[in-house]
Amino acid sequence: MTSFSPGFQGRGRRLTDRLPPGQYPTESFPVLSAGPTPRVPTETWSFTVTTELGATHSWTWDEMMALPQQETTHDIHCVTRWSKFDTQWRGVPLDAFLEDVETAADYAVVSSYGGYTTNLPLEDLLDGKAWIVHTYDGYPLSPEHGGPARLLVPHLYFWKSAKWVRGLTLTHEDEPGFWESAGYHNYGDPWREQRNWGD
Amino acid sequence: MGIAWRRARLLERRSQTATARTLVLTAPDWPGHLPGQHVDVRLTADDGYQAVRSYSLAAPADGDRIELGVQAVDGGEVSPYLTDGLPVGAEVEVRGPLGNWFVWRAEQTEPALLVAGGSGVVPLTAMVRAHRAARSRGPLHLLYSVRSPEDVWYRDHLADGDPLLDVRIMYTRQAPPGSVRPPGRITTADLDEATARLKPASPVYVCGPTGFVEAVDNLLIDRGRDPVTIRTERFG
Ligand SMILES: Cc1cc2nc3c(=O)[nH]c(=O)nc-3n(C[C@H](O)[C@H](O)[C@H](O)COP(=O)(O)OP(=O)(O)OC[C@H]3O[C@@H](n4cnc5c(N)ncnc54)[C@H](O)[C@@H]3O)c2cc1C
Repeated sequence: MTSFSPGFQGRGRRLTDRLPPGQYPTESFPVLSAGPTPRVPTETWSFTVTTELGATHSWTWDEMMALPQQETTHDIHCVTRWSKFDTQWRGVPLDAFLEDVETAADYAVVSSYGGYTTNLPLEDLLDGKAWIVHTYDGYPLSPEHGGPARLLVPHLYFWKSAKWVRGLTLTHEDEPGFWESAGYHNYGDPWREQRNWGD
Repeated sequence: MGIAWRRARLLERRSQTATARTLVLTAPDWPGHLPGQHVDVRLTADDGYQAVRSYSLAAPADGDRIELGVQAVDGGEVSPYLTDGLPVGAEVEVRGPLGNWFVWRAEQTEPALLVAGGSGVVPLTAMVRAHRAARSRGPLHLLYSVRSPEDVWYRDHLADGDPLLDVRIMYTRQAPPGSVRPPGRITTADLDEATARLKPASPVYVCGPTGFVEAVDNLLIDRGRDPVTIRTERFG
């Protein structure tokens, strides 16, 4: 028995092994963004990796599409508490962009068209843990979900999977990004429920 | 530790529309909040199953009292329980305040535009109420899109004599008799009138369902509004 919310029945008790604490499963695909959806034509899109010494490596849209592509399926978890199972993406693993980049950095700041940034340890982007994706569920990624291309880091809360991605800056120091400076947890592991500062 | 869950007791429930309710709760030791912030509400079933959803705070900080505005969503797990199930005097758990971006501060003195679609009016009403309480010098313009006159929330808060508050309700399906504006979705003309009174850097707050927020943002940017001035809260 509980002393809270008498008479509340609730709905989903399924799939709890796949559902991180405090999340609920949804079939829809809600949107969390701080501002408007930027317009990013693929003709002018580019993705740039900048090392801690300032060296840059850039890929145009066509160059990115010419890299080896992967299909990848994941459960994703948004800090606003929805989780969505078996989402299907197509894109390029971050390893492909970083393999020829000389760096001793431990952290990365991801930046987006529109000004959004998010930070994470570099190792969370490597070894098949992260992708630049451009296709969702067989269709070009729509602008409100981050199209033409977004980062996909499915093991962290989804705000880390920066929409409208345009670059990665490698850093020695960890530098909090947009939501991380506005009260969200610095790392954001959904299984440890790292939603906000201090969680 | 993190942000703790705390008990919150339902003091009072009032109808805003046939399906939307104001819930006034008391949350002991509530730390206060800024207009625009939200809370997570957690419900617990007898077998321990829990469900959590986010709800915006509808009123400025007022001691231990917090006010929510909840729209019952058909087939929804949490919202119909909050609008019609939770008994007055019973408790839920809340966690917050959350969201440090979609906020309005009383120190802001430049004009601001608020654009609400449906239940998106909740956090914007907290801003309207805080604006009045602070006697803030910067004018506020609220554009509020609803289906029909029966769907308007917060008539009392939106219709009083704050000289620096300008409220325009836009009906999408059915307008009251005598309305000049034909029913329909928000248009460039609706926004042009409101943005004409803004400065280039004045903030615009847009809140509602994702489709509404996307449509309004697109209209604003098409008319040359700098995207960095636009803050959004999407309700799903
Ligand atoms: C920051 C923020 C602030 C918010 N503020 C407010 C606010 O002030 N007021 C407000 O009213 N809302 C607000 N919301 C929305 C709110 O959090 C909930 O999303 C909303 O109340 C619906 O929750 P629910 O549990 O009732 O519906 P859910 O159970 O989440 O369902 C939503 C929809 O999906 C359908 N659905 C879901 N699961 C199934 C299933 N298994 N089978 C069939 N259909 C299904 C339901 O029928 C329904 O149409 C806010 C959201 C955010 C992110």
